[in-house]
Amino acid sequence: MSATARRKPPLGVITRPGTSLRNKTGSWGIQRPVWDWSKCTGCNTCESICPEGCIRHLEKKQYEADYDYCKGCGMCAAACPAKAISMSTEHD
Amino acid sequence: MRKMIEGSRAVAEAVALCRPDVISAYPITPQTHIVEELSQIVADGELDAEYVRVESEHSAASVCLGAVVAGSRAYSATTSQGMLLMVEVLYNIAGMRLPLVITGVNRAVSAPLSIWNDQQDTMAIRDTGWLQLYAENSQECLDMHLQAYKISEDDRVLLPVMVCMDGFILTHTYESVDMPTQEQVDAFLPRYNPLYKLDPADPYTLGGYIGPEKYQEVRYVLQQDCLAAKEVVKEVARDFQKAFGRWAGDVIEPYQCDDAEVILIGMGSVVGTLKDWADRRRAGGEKVGVLKLRCYRPFPADELVAAVSGAKQVIVLEKAVSVGGYGIVAAELRAALHGRVAVPVACAVAGLGGRDITMGTVDEMYDRARAGESDFFAGLRAEVLEEG
Amino acid sequence: MATQPFTYEISRGFLPGHRACAGCGQAAAVRLVMEVAGTNCIVVNATGCLEVFSTPHPESAWGVPWVHSLFENQAAVASGIEAALRKQGKLDQIRVLAFGGDGATIDIGFGALSGMFERGHDVLYICWDNEAYMNTGVQRSGSTPYAASTTTSPAGRASFGEDRPKKDLPAIAAAHGIPYVAVASMSYFADLKRKVKKALDIRGPKYMQVHVPCPPGWGYDEANTVEIGKLAVECGLYPLVEWENGEVTRVRKIKQVPVEDYLKVQRRFRHLMRGEAGKAKIAEVQALADENIRKYSLVD
Repeated sequence: MSATARRKPPLGVITRPGTSLRNKTGSWGIQRPVWDWSKCTGCNTCESICPEGCIRHLEKKQYEADYDYCKGCGMCAAACPAKAISMSTEHD
Repeated sequence: MRKMIEGSRAVAEAVALCRPDVISAYPITPQTHIVEELSQIVADGELDAEYVRVESEHSAASVCLGAVVAGSRAYSATTSQGMLLMVEVLYNIAGMRLPLVITGVNRAVSAPLSIWNDQQDTMAIRDTGWLQLYAENSQECLDMHLQAYKISEDDRVLLPVMVCMDGFILTHTYESVDMPTQEQVDAFLPRYNPLYKLDPADPYTLGGYIGPEKYQEVRYVLQQDCLAAKEVVKEVARDFQKAFGRWAGDVIEPYQCDDAEVILIGMGSVVGTLKDWADRRRAGGEKVGVLKLRCYRPFPADELVAAVSGAKQVIVLEKAVSVGGYGIVAAELRAALHGRVAVPVACAVAGLGGRDITMGTVDEMYDRARAGESDFFAGLRAEVLEEG
Repeated sequence: MATQPFTYEISRGFLPGHRACAGCGQAAAVRLVMEVAGTNCIVVNATGCLEVFSTPHPESAWGVPWVHSLFENQAAVASGIEAALRKQGKLDQIRVLAFGGDGATIDIGFGALSGMFERGHDVLYICWDNEAYMNTGVQRSGSTPYAASTTTSPAGRASFGEDRPKKDLPAIAAAHGIPYVAVASMSYFADLKRKVKKALDIRGPKYMQVHVPCPPGWGYDEANTVEIGKLAVECGLYPLVEWENGEVTRVRKIKQVPVEDYLKVQRRFRHLMRGEAGKAKIAEVQALADENIRKYSLVD
């Protein structure tokens, strides 16, 4: 069996995995979620229901969003049972 | 090993020798014997394959698509209405550059409903990107399936191949064929080694949509690769001859064309009839020849032009018609000759819906073409036309 | 302010950067499903919102092997993949998932889906039910609920919108006798994940239908996706039922709220909020919800 490399796939046939990450959808939003960690109960609802999957917690009850991808939909703020998230139009 | 078997059985055995992993089957006359024979081969434990009894031809082709993207060799067979039902899947398979072999049993298309042979079905899918090979007889047909997988899976091709076989004429008749052994086929056709597949270890995305900034280039590459596949068809035919000792032509096969003044062109089983006719005419001193068009897609323009350039006239027998246009192969040949060689090409549509093509039909074609008619239906029955 | 850069491993399965609308219920649900499904899976995806917003070449939001073929053949393609994996001896390690919207599943892909069920392929089919052909502009599907206004069943001077009831595909799936059928909602995400996990532990054909609210299609503020999804369930219009081998085995009980609470917050039902005729229509919708409640004993 020859050890020579095979050809590349033909043009347009393959898309590489995870390449959507280059598309920073954070530019879409006009508001961003801001957490008040003192109110957070750690229920994980916000992280679970985010359509982008850009909410995380590094410590329990310390949630934050990745503004590179956050579209500012406000689902997290609306769904938070503890009302710990507010949507703000103030950006850095 | 020499056997006297039905054409469908010859195809089924040849396909089984290619070791398909997944077979999808939806029945439609006159393809049924192929899928029935294959199912018996599987049921008897002679072929280890997943046999999927789909609920439509659209799904038959889709199951094959799925099997191939998952890295397995697949097979199906269809005809006429079934082929038309799966058309968008055929475009999809070719556009996704997937190797696959499907037997296209040639049959007329509805309406009116007809189960009998002509080539309107595979003519209707000529734009899909599938390679098309037309078999003259049972031996050639079974051999073509072995070659088809090899062509299809070649890295230079990566396009599906349809092996076209005249319904009833080849599927339901018995011929003596030489069936290769499994060892011979394994040596000629290695296991499918996909260039890309769906694999969690290397997770590709296949089938993403492409916008106007790139689609045209993708189709251009598809076109170029299909045209270039012609050389692979020829190469595989030569390799087959070396391995099995049989030659049935590569993209064309001339018969007594060297000094022919009139050349008749046909595809599929009718070529045998044309050769018999040519023999009779030659016995009477007429310089006629027959050109078998074996590979219709990609269209072997250069080879055809070279083969007919010495003749005074070409007559194409077509078992199909592009309604509102006329002959299909004739039109493509005329286009290929344009500006290169000035040979008149007549087109005779014949044999639609299973109408027998007899010596008389070919005589009529020849006479009318020689008298200057360029596009006509041969073998029309006046008494039937009077009914309407 | 992020203290540490966010990282997104391919192993998540479904990554950010996709082009779903802000507030898309389907994107959220897909993420949740892929968290459960893991990396040892293959996804077959029909044409539709999900396919379009996740794979505009050369970008892909998928971290698992993924293929899109056509609009109606995802069940058949999945059958072929499953057969190939079975032949390769890999079906034990790799799970096959097929995704389609309600149009792709309940209308155009119905035949192939039924064939896949009947042949018993080991595939989990998930229908993302946003109740219309959303990707092409909110046209009516067989899953569009009674009285909803869509672009091909619009409310107008001579019409109250959709005049046919929702095609009950979960019951049809269950009638095939397949091992597991489950209705879920992205708003009840723990329940959704439980059902996906259960489905993936079963061999054979599984059908899940996930209700995924759509802000532009249904007409509500995108922040309220979770709340709207809850109302749909709690008023009885979207019963969360599970079947095993054709028999109902579990339902999610509801507290029950009037259907009007659900209808009045969506533009697609706004036309029902005017006049006596509108009230009569609301009563008809309430009757549909009441029938679900009765049929599945949704209220204790």
